Amino acid sequence: MRDLASIALFVVVVACTPLVTQSGVALNFIMMALYACLLAQAWNILGGFGGQFSFGHALFFGTGAYVQAIAQQYGVNPWAALALALVASALVGVIVGALTFRYGLKGSYFALVTLAFAEVFRIVALSVPFTGGGVGLMVPLRESAANMQFATRAGYLWLVLALVTVALLVSAWLRHSRFGAYLQAVRDNEDAARAVGVNPFRVKLAAIALSGALMGAGGAFYVQVFQYIDPGIAYGPSTSVEALVAAIVGGMGTLWGPVLGALALHVLADLTRNLFGQLPGINMVIYGSVLVLIVMFLPRGIAGIGVPVRWLRAVRRGDRNG
Amino acid sequence: MAETLLAVQGVSRSFGGLQAVTDVSLDVPQGSLCALIGPNGAGKTTLFALVSGFLRPDSGRVHFRGEDITGREPHRNALLGMTRTFQIVQPFAQQTVRQNIAVGAHLRTAGRREALAQADEVAARVGLAAQLDKPATDLTIAGRKRLELARALATRPQLLLLDEVLAGLNPTEIAEMIPVVQGIADGGVTVLMIEHVMQAVMNLAQQVWVLAQGRLIAQGTPAQVTRDERVIEAYLGHGMAARLRAAEVLA
Repeated sequence: MRDLASIALFVVVVACTPLVTQSGVALNFIMMALYACLLAQAWNILGGFGGQFSFGHALFFGTGAYVQAIAQQYGVNPWAALALALVASALVGVIVGALTFRYGLKGSYFALVTLAFAEVFRIVALSVPFTGGGVGLMVPLRESAANMQFATRAGYLWLVLALVTVALLVSAWLRHSRFGAYLQAVRDNEDAARAVGVNPFRVKLAAIALSGALMGAGGAFYVQVFQYIDPGIAYGPSTSVEALVAAIVGGMGTLWGPVLGALALHVLADLTRNLFGQLPGINMVIYGSVLVLIVMFLPRGIAGIGVPVRWLRAVRRGDRNG
Repeated sequence: MAETLLAVQGVSRSFGGLQAVTDVSLDVPQGSLCALIGPNGAGKTTLFALVSGFLRPDSGRVHFRGEDITGREPHRNALLGMTRTFQIVQPFAQQTVRQNIAVGAHLRTAGRREALAQADEVAARVGLAAQLDKPATDLTIAGRKRLELARALATRPQLLLLDEVLAGLNPTEIAEMIPVVQGIADGGVTVLMIEHVMQAVMNLAQQVWVLAQGRLIAQGTPAQVTRDERVIEAYLGHGMAARLRAAEVLA
């Protein structure tokens, strides 16, 4: 299958970069770009394939991050904590999904409710004792692979690459499976999908759980890299925005769109940081402008540039055969 | 007499002060091709929605294959073997014709490859084989009506509820579509169609129900109902039956 071949190629090339260069700056750049890819891909499952635009994916990110950090306070091994983080963020997805989809919230209403949920979680995280409140939580530094703390950037790079690979495989599965077909059918026309036997509630619930779990993995990875989390980082809106802008810019509902979008934005953010120095929030200004331009001129995103060409070719081929 | 596949018993539904469907009962025999006609706003599409589960009746029962399915959700009815189409076509806009039909095929087929292969077969049956790789939005109205039909057919239904598959088509397209519908019925699928195109109703339907202002006013063969005075008056206005009769006598 072409999707699997392209994923394999991508993974091999990226996995080999630490063998080519030992530059900390370069490896750090690739690692953070992959991390952005992971968030965008997680959002893409619910937003791109499912058409449910969440503005509060930080909800899952923060849940994953806090579960990862708190579990370690209780002496749980980080690898086991990662599994807990995945389950917990999927569970939050199921709960939020059950509440919103049960009452048929769609479009901007769904977006607003997810945003509100993320804010509620942020305020709760500020006020309950086990999150450390506004002070945040530190993960004790104990460098070893068994402890998911690596001496070099390469270790973290391979870790996030593994998570990105899982996300890519999930996306590829969505493109070639019954569940994926149902999810896209619900996105395009819910009534038509119901008429041919699709249960939209169940499909959307599964999608938000899957999307939430991958976003939670992103949160857990963040904690392992920076060994610190606080309510603003965990549940603040910037993570939600980053995930959705990258997916929209790259191309929603595609395999490589979120990867391309995250990469493009990451390069852009890095360039502007060098050009404008440390102007705080300049990356958000850039994200906003790019989003407007993309929505106006490339509604299918970067990955969609080739689509009209492919269709044209397919139609021509069909004409010749017919 | 064939067995009853769909039995509607005294179904009513109102929206606020508007009584859309009032006490409608009808039996669709297994293997038949029946039609539901009536003037605009008579409640035909509402009745379809009540039968297929998109709306819940205020009173009355719906039985399908002997099971009481009153108010049951549409996706469960589809699994049981009843699929409806929409008067205003509802394609999955971002997908190709093949992918659209495959969604229907997936109801009884888990594998992607098999579902896509079934989509090709169904497309051939409704005359869409040449358009399989086109995006659904590139189809003409006639093409979209065929797609609507194909997607429903791909679920391998026992009962197809067709909501005006001929509306908006030109005479040539109608003439092409009638054999397609006939072919589906000949293949063993029971069909209940809402239709305005009388040419099609006269050609296809074995039994016709006439709905006006939410009530059944007549039923019988197409020839019987078109002679029925209440039907003529429902369509053409009060007193028209008598005037038509007078005109016939004169001629």
